[in-house]
Amino acid sequence: MKGLARENYLAPGHNACPGCGVSIAVRLILRAIGNNVIVVSPTGCLETFTSPYGMSAWEVPWVHSLFENAPAVASGIEAALQYKGNPDTQVVVIGGDGATFDIGLGSLSGMLERNHNILYICYDNEAYMNTGIQRSSATPMGASTSTTPVGSKSYGEALPKKNMLTFALAHNIEYVASAAIAYPRDLMNKVKRGLDLKGAAYLHVITPCTLGWGFEPDETIELSRLGVQAGIFPLVEYENGELTRVRKIKELKPVKEYLGSQKRFSHLEEAEYENVKESIKEIVRQNVKKYGLLER
Amino acid sequence: MSKYPVKNREIMQGSIAVAETIGALEPGVIGVYPITPQTHIVEHLARLVANGAINSRYINADSEFSAASILYGAASAGVRSYSASSSQGLLLMTEVIFNMAGTRLPGVFSAVNRSLSPPINIQVDHQDTMTLRDSGLIQIYVENIQEAVDTHVQIYRIAEDREVLLPAMVCMDGWIISHAYEPVTLWQEDAVKEFAGSYDPPFKVDPRKPLTYGALTDDDKITEFKYMVDSALCRTENKIVQAAELFREEFGNFHGDVVEKYYTDDAKIIIVAMGSVVGTIKEAVDRMRAGGKKVGLLKIRSFRPFPAAAVRELLSGAEMAIVVDRSFSASAGGILGSEIKANLYHQNGPVLFNYIAGIGGRELYPHSIMEIVQESETAFSKDCVPDGAVFFNLNEELL
Ligand SMILES: Cc1ncc(C[n+]2csc(CCOP(=O)(O)OP(=O)(O)O)c2C)c(N)n1
Ligand SMILES: [Mg+2]
Repeated sequence: MKGLARENYLAPGHNACPGCGVSIAVRLILRAIGNNVIVVSPTGCLETFTSPYGMSAWEVPWVHSLFENAPAVASGIEAALQYKGNPDTQVVVIGGDGATFDIGLGSLSGMLERNHNILYICYDNEAYMNTGIQRSSATPMGASTSTTPVGSKSYGEALPKKNMLTFALAHNIEYVASAAIAYPRDLMNKVKRGLDLKGAAYLHVITPCTLGWGFEPDETIELSRLGVQAGIFPLVEYENGELTRVRKIKELKPVKEYLGSQKRFSHLEEAEYENVKESIKEIVRQNVKKYGLLER
Repeated sequence: MSKYPVKNREIMQGSIAVAETIGALEPGVIGVYPITPQTHIVEHLARLVANGAINSRYINADSEFSAASILYGAASAGVRSYSASSSQGLLLMTEVIFNMAGTRLPGVFSAVNRSLSPPINIQVDHQDTMTLRDSGLIQIYVENIQEAVDTHVQIYRIAEDREVLLPAMVCMDGWIISHAYEPVTLWQEDAVKEFAGSYDPPFKVDPRKPLTYGALTDDDKITEFKYMVDSALCRTENKIVQAAELFREEFGNFHGDVVEKYYTDDAKIIIVAMGSVVGTIKEAVDRMRAGGKKVGLLKIRSFRPFPAAAVRELLSGAEMAIVVDRSFSASAGGILGSEIKANLYHQNGPVLFNYIAGIGGRELYPHSIMEIVQESETAFSKDCVPDGAVFFNLNEELL
């Protein structure tokens, strides 16, 4: 692929779990960006596994301040670069779903609305993984987490996942897209597109988590692909509010296969949860319709 | 013609005088969020930016939390930054302020002091800023508009000193300083800029030299990081003294260094206070002195770093010290009072009285101060000194 850095700006030897989807995503992201960048990350797994003092894995300047302020810190950096007359250095946030969907939402909204020249990348592993798999508003319906456990009165997470693409689009920014680590070329192209356009851009990357989702470390990429192929994670691209590209699917993989490959959904196999599975299938049907996912 | 770099002298509102001074310093990034009574400062800065008078990046943040975080980002990129807030807004910044101190990033804040909710109240006391006292933040409390102006001129060179590198806050009482009109001297821009110097940190985020900011440490290293914040703040004391002296030389004004003393030399009774009430206390001291009472005043200008040595030295000769506190730690007394007391332990110093007064804008007049002194003297002579702090002038009917 042209214009990609050969260097690996996320040095090996960091503390990510084997099979961690986030480390794969970040390595790809940094290859697409190159090294004229300042990266900001909120507190979370990525921060924790890359930044033990004296053993940082970051080969580019990297700032971690707090869990809920990465977009504002990035805004300050971007403003400082503008003030210094250095508009060529890119400012990129790479933050988890908890930081993005929940606690940093106001800060993110402010940054998008002010339209700073910042690419915001949410790596979505669908829960607060760093603190032990508690639910976030990115956790999908039916998933068992440590704060939405399954019990006689609970089938796991009761609410559907928040739609962050719609949230980002509400800010009238130029670029909004979703990507998955199973499609690296697509992911890196989207990173580049987000950087090329001036102003704020939002990129959502699905990063399966072996511990939190419950699958084997060598299945990460497969699971990422399955999520896309089952219509759970549509890969889409918006420019100026218009849906410009969709990764089409030849034949939808069954939702059952996706759910069945992860421990967090294992309880759904029981007949009593048929209605939960129906709701998840309905979400897929809506995705298919909304984005025109199927090739025809 | 003054031998000092006076730009003009006119009757001005405190907020406008401070905003003009910040304008002269032209921080690269300004992050703001409105809250009374701080708003006039940031509104005036917005006008300076809108008129092209200054070149700062002015960012209307989505909260004070984000405003402070914007300062964090700017400071980490090596650019001078500024914000102002009050009350709830300052509490919302708290997590970021600890973070700035811990990462040694020197943004400057004007705190326009206001009470904390509930009950919601927009008048002055010091509960908001005192609540930030453990963060590693430099805090200087000023007495009047001129001192507010002059301290803002001094503060950047203190905070950005390579031996310091800590966030700093100039604390000025809401309304009494922010909204009052007084004759004020504003200084020439170039003199102000020169005094402040430039922000040239040893480290910054820069792709040419990639560094990691905000790393994770375990118990094997964290105490040392905390210790370095503590020692940097201790080192700041000298820098405040030097800045005050240099300012006196170059601008002709002096408002005290870490403390200011007023008739303390021969005083048997020394009142200790900070902020605008200091002016009221000076008036009360004058009146009591005219009546032959040997009373003096110790103004705490720098609350952080805490001027422990100066406090011990100046209070050691007195029989009584009376601390007038505009904040308290529930069940543990006035905050300033407790710290003064802690520093006098083992000192064979004065008997200490602690009054919690002037909360939420409750007016303190010279006669209120004289009443406090009278009450303390009576208790002292009868040998019935109260155990803890006393809430001054409580309306028992409301309890
Ligand atoms: C204000 C605050 N609240 C809570 C925490 C504890 N905390 C740290 S990381 C984290 C979860 C992060 O979740 P996410 O953003 O999804 O990232 P992940 O760990 O899943 O990669 C939480 C709850 C914190 N550090 N700060
Ligand atoms: Mg997560």
